Amino acid sequence: MPDGSSSGTQGRSLFAASRKVHPRAASGHFRRLKTRVSILLLAIYFVAPWIRWDRGPGAADQAILLDMSGRRGYFLGIEIWPQEVYYLTGLLVLGAIGLFLATALFGRVWCGFTCIQTVFTDLFVAVERAVEGDRNARIRLDAAPWSAGKLGRKALKNAIWLLIALFTSWTWLIYFSDAFQSTRDLFAGRTSGWMLSMWGVFTASTFLFAGYAREQVCIYMCPWPRFQSAMFDEDSLIVTYESWRGEPRGKAPKDGNFEGRGDCIDCGLCVQVCPTGIDIRNGSQLACIGCALCIDACNGVMAKLGRPANLISYDSVTNQVARAKGRPTRRRLLRPRTLIYAGVLLAVALGLVSVLATRSRESVSIQHERSPLYVRLSDGSVRNGYTVKIQNMRRTAQDYHLSLAGIDGATLTVIGYGDEDADSVRLPVAGDAVGTFRVYVTVPPEVRLGRETSLDFLFNNLAADQFLVQGTMFAAPPP
Amino acid sequence: MTEDKNAPKDKVAAKDEKAPRAPKTMGHEWDGIAEYNNPLPRWWVLVFMVCIAWAVGYMVVMPSVPGVKDFFGGTAGFSSRAGVRDVLAETATQRQEWLKPMADAPLDEIVANPALRQMAMRGGEVIFKENCAACHMVGGAGTKGYPALVDDEWIWGGSLTEIQQTIRHGIRSGDPLARTAEMPAFGRDGLLTRAEIGQVADFVLAMAAGKPGPAAGQALYQANCAVCHGEKGEGMKETGAPALDNRIWLYGGSRAEVMAQISVPRHGVMPNWGGRLSDVEIKQLSVYVHSLGGGQ
Repeated sequence: MPDGSSSGTQGRSLFAASRKVHPRAASGHFRRLKTRVSILLLAIYFVAPWIRWDRGPGAADQAILLDMSGRRGYFLGIEIWPQEVYYLTGLLVLGAIGLFLATALFGRVWCGFTCIQTVFTDLFVAVERAVEGDRNARIRLDAAPWSAGKLGRKALKNAIWLLIALFTSWTWLIYFSDAFQSTRDLFAGRTSGWMLSMWGVFTASTFLFAGYAREQVCIYMCPWPRFQSAMFDEDSLIVTYESWRGEPRGKAPKDGNFEGRGDCIDCGLCVQVCPTGIDIRNGSQLACIGCALCIDACNGVMAKLGRPANLISYDSVTNQVARAKGRPTRRRLLRPRTLIYAGVLLAVALGLVSVLATRSRESVSIQHERSPLYVRLSDGSVRNGYTVKIQNMRRTAQDYHLSLAGIDGATLTVIGYGDEDADSVRLPVAGDAVGTFRVYVTVPPEVRLGRETSLDFLFNNLAADQFLVQGTMFAAPPP
Repeated sequence: MTEDKNAPKDKVAAKDEKAPRAPKTMGHEWDGIAEYNNPLPRWWVLVFMVCIAWAVGYMVVMPSVPGVKDFFGGTAGFSSRAGVRDVLAETATQRQEWLKPMADAPLDEIVANPALRQMAMRGGEVIFKENCAACHMVGGAGTKGYPALVDDEWIWGGSLTEIQQTIRHGIRSGDPLARTAEMPAFGRDGLLTRAEIGQVADFVLAMAAGKPGPAAGQALYQANCAVCHGEKGEGMKETGAPALDNRIWLYGGSRAEVMAQISVPRHGVMPNWGGRLSDVEIKQLSVYVHSLGGGQ
């Protein structure tokens, strides 16, 4: 075989080798903003499950709780039953459109400042920095041979990471199971195997994702960077290097004369502070999470050199071009794209609120007995059986007066609630419970019916002034 | 290759990155073909070793090596069958606890108490499906020869205690307390002629439809049938004689079917469930059957 045929891949790997990123500490406007946002978000995350909310005796008193075993969702004054889970879908839709809007307006602010992966990674890197030192010290430590000191530092770092992961994961779990009770149970050793295994899973994933995978999650695992370019336009804010001003780059001039060259002195700080290890001077790219720390780094250098700030800027492409040509810049927040996103956001939010505000606090389901479909009684009348379930989502017991409409002469019998055929039967249902009733409807022989006749069950809750109608069918033998 | 030339020089990144190495080979070459040396990653090998060590330990602790007649059961004495037995025994104990109030309460009290009634109806439904639905059909719909339990005609009585009695001792089951009755075979034993049987059948069918029947048939009915089935065909639960004044037929309501039943009656048999189901199971079953719609 000729040598040339295999030379194409000779010595070249077909996939990128992972390269450890050692982000340097940055300081400046965006670093302060990032820290404040992180503290705020972590505070909300850690405090929220401990907030109480009185819902009356016997009811869960946690303000925000998705009670899996109790099959109820609580959000402040709102209670969600399992069949109402679509409200959560509405919330997710709101979140998605909100993300679109934020991206169209301000670029990857979600990725750079608020995403859980970003916040936790930032926290873990801060720990790493405190234990092992800043970038250069960490690179040296990693390159150094194993010693007691290195082992000690690595062990300490991992131990703190593990503690943080245990803490954050436990906080996640108590959104799903009462915070105080679960934590008391934990210290008393009564935590169930399921809860412990979930704790283990979340701890392990937090530890691995924030401690070791870090930017790999953003670049290779997360779908969001792959399609968010669809939300961008030339007026979206992005982090970019002003190559028209920076190039040609070169070493810092000793005499401070920048004539005939660019402002970039190729110090590489923008690359060193980057949490995903990219070079922003190569242009806007998928791996850029928009944290703007490179802007802080570069502005520090520019200030020292006495050059204008924002060689790397957080601005729109339109403004970049305008500045390059010396035209005035402007910020266009109101664009068709943002207006449409905002409109859709508003519509979904209004829809969700109106559905929530007008939702019924009771629901009824009727199951027609199919085996047998109908029963002919000895006097020739026809009877159908139904299983009626009334969900009383109020906290207090309610009475529902059941009656029929649609078939003249039809009478009711409810097992356990009076033996006689009646026109109306009172069905009591306890608070926060589902009442199940076996109902028989009898139609006398003189009423001639087809194979199927529609029949309405009327439920009248006099105390709450609620009236529910649920349609079903009445089966009769062929005439 | 071209991307490397166009990319801006990045000293800092290059420092981090090791220079691309020439691929290692195993050091031998045949006809110009060299073999790459790409060993498995160390972490992978370590995990593999741990798995092997685990497997050895597992073979010692858990049932593993088959023998000729037996097998090596492992040092931990694990057995999934014993596990199932334990779980079943535990479930049975727990169930006893829940069923205690039901065992103590009389039938009408179970029906009056919503919680007990709900439990009995649920439990009874399961027991019914397992034991009764084969003949009486799901939901007690019944079929020819097997009475429907959903209508309001009861051959042996439809009150809670009567249903319980029927379930416990059965019908013609051989149980000393079984419900037993036999209708004479009017045709086979020559008590009535074929013509007379036809007249009786005509009368019975007319009675069921609520119309006056032929006088000859009526006379024969009063003389031979009314003792058990009642003068107006209202039936008699004590002797298990079905009511004949309605349109519910156990063995079919055509003239031929009615004549066949008069001539050589069929007698259904229902097993006595007393020994097979526990008392509390029979209670649940009684409440369930009673709730199917026909309970009296």
